[in-house]
Amino acid sequence: MSSCPIREITVLPGHDKQGNPERFDRIVIRPGDTISIVGPTGSGKTALINDIELFAQNDTATGRIVLVNDEVPAEEFIRDPSKKPIALITQNTKCLADMTVEAFLAMHVRARKISSPTIIAETVCLANRFTGEQILPGCRITALSGGQTRSLMIADAILISNAPLILLDEVENAGIFRERVIEVLKEHCKSVIFVTHDPLISLLSDRRIVMRHGGVEKVLYPEGREQHTREMIARMDLTLCRFRERIRAGELLTEQGSPQ
Amino acid sequence: MKLIIIAGPPSAGKTAVTRQIIRHFQGQQNIAFLKIDVVRAFEDDELRQEFNIPTKKVYSGDLCPDHTGILVLQDALTWAKELESDIFIVESAGLCLRCSPYVTQSLGVVVLSAVSGMNFPLKMGPLIALADVAVITKTDLVSQSEKEVFREKTKEVAPAIDIVETNAVQGTGLRYLIRSIEALPDIEKDQSITLRGIPPLGVCTICVGKREIGWQNHFGVIRKLDGADEIFRGD
Repeated sequence: MSSCPIREITVLPGHDKQGNPERFDRIVIRPGDTISIVGPTGSGKTALINDIELFAQNDTATGRIVLVNDEVPAEEFIRDPSKKPIALITQNTKCLADMTVEAFLAMHVRARKISSPTIIAETVCLANRFTGEQILPGCRITALSGGQTRSLMIADAILISNAPLILLDEVENAGIFRERVIEVLKEHCKSVIFVTHDPLISLLSDRRIVMRHGGVEKVLYPEGREQHTREMIARMDLTLCRFRERIRAGELLTEQGSPQ
Repeated sequence: MKLIIIAGPPSAGKTAVTRQIIRHFQGQQNIAFLKIDVVRAFEDDELRQEFNIPTKKVYSGDLCPDHTGILVLQDALTWAKELESDIFIVESAGLCLRCSPYVTQSLGVVVLSAVSGMNFPLKMGPLIALADVAVITKTDLVSQSEKEVFREKTKEVAPAIDIVETNAVQGTGLRYLIRSIEALPDIEKDQSITLRGIPPLGVCTICVGKREIGWQNHFGVIRKLDGADEIFRGD
């Protein structure tokens, strides 16, 4: 995994929807970085990750340029999905094949010419760390829930695609353990960019890119200053999670006073 | 004038790709558009209104749209030339997936949808094999693994084909298609344009209107179910 030749991916500024130049010098993404992209709907969040995924060379609507190790990447890097160092998982991304989880992963392993005999089991095992609903190797892909599918795709991107940079577009809606995803991505020295409206994901990231009118407005480096708020939000999140589980379990929530 | 022939199954995104091509070259090049379809098509009106370019359509009715395309192509080239077009785009409805409307001196583009299933490229033969570029649309909707396998299967049918993956509605990744169009030479000589491949045989007795079922009622290329794995291969 450490043989990955990518030291950094760099985004150079373009312009917003009105044509005003973006106010940053460069955004550098290195292994292990966790970045959130935040901003109102229509502010250009998805366009930014699309630029990164395509390695824009001043040929998209935003005029941004994306470099790998400070150079224009080789074309095969950009065009062949099996060589591409980026995995993009969006809300729309689906597994359409009607086959078992095991067969689906085996197909990908074959396409990648990976010889490890344990990688399929490892991928399922990793996916199960991200979701509360257990995925069995014999499950049919089409019968998985949204959260299970998302978990499986993230695990696949980490282990089978072995992509150094993973782009996740609004994964919070899928019902997965977000903190664990971030933890595992760090463990595997992957960089990740979240497009998100979720306070917890935003505060768990090292950096926040703030979008407005199609351009990057600013980049925030909280550097621990949000520690207190982050802990508070994590507690609130846990409380909400517990309530959610109880609602799902069919309970009536009749507590008096404000819950802790 | 450059000739681009776009083919592919219904709903693959042929017109979305066409739109992106027109959007890119609009203002720099004169573009004309011909749509060949079977019973109904609206693309000609839509594109004319949207981009204010000359468009035309032909309905093939009971004839194969690709056969129709070949019959009218010479006239269509004259039409587009008289309009002083720089780029002439012909979009053909590919229905039986056996045909291939691509001719010499053109850029043959097959549009395939990534959501149509991973074995889909293997079912199409010449529609892919004789094209120069395969534009795979809707890749934003499928998993990484399916995207990779779809690409592999396309390569299996046409090892040298240039694959362009895109979300055609947004136009992502189409820069490589645009580059192929920019590099495409003008038609050298109309009179010497020919089909790249031979279309499927279209002269059995069913084609001429006999409706009875069973091989006993027909003549020409006759096969029984036993041993009919592949009914007929052209010589």
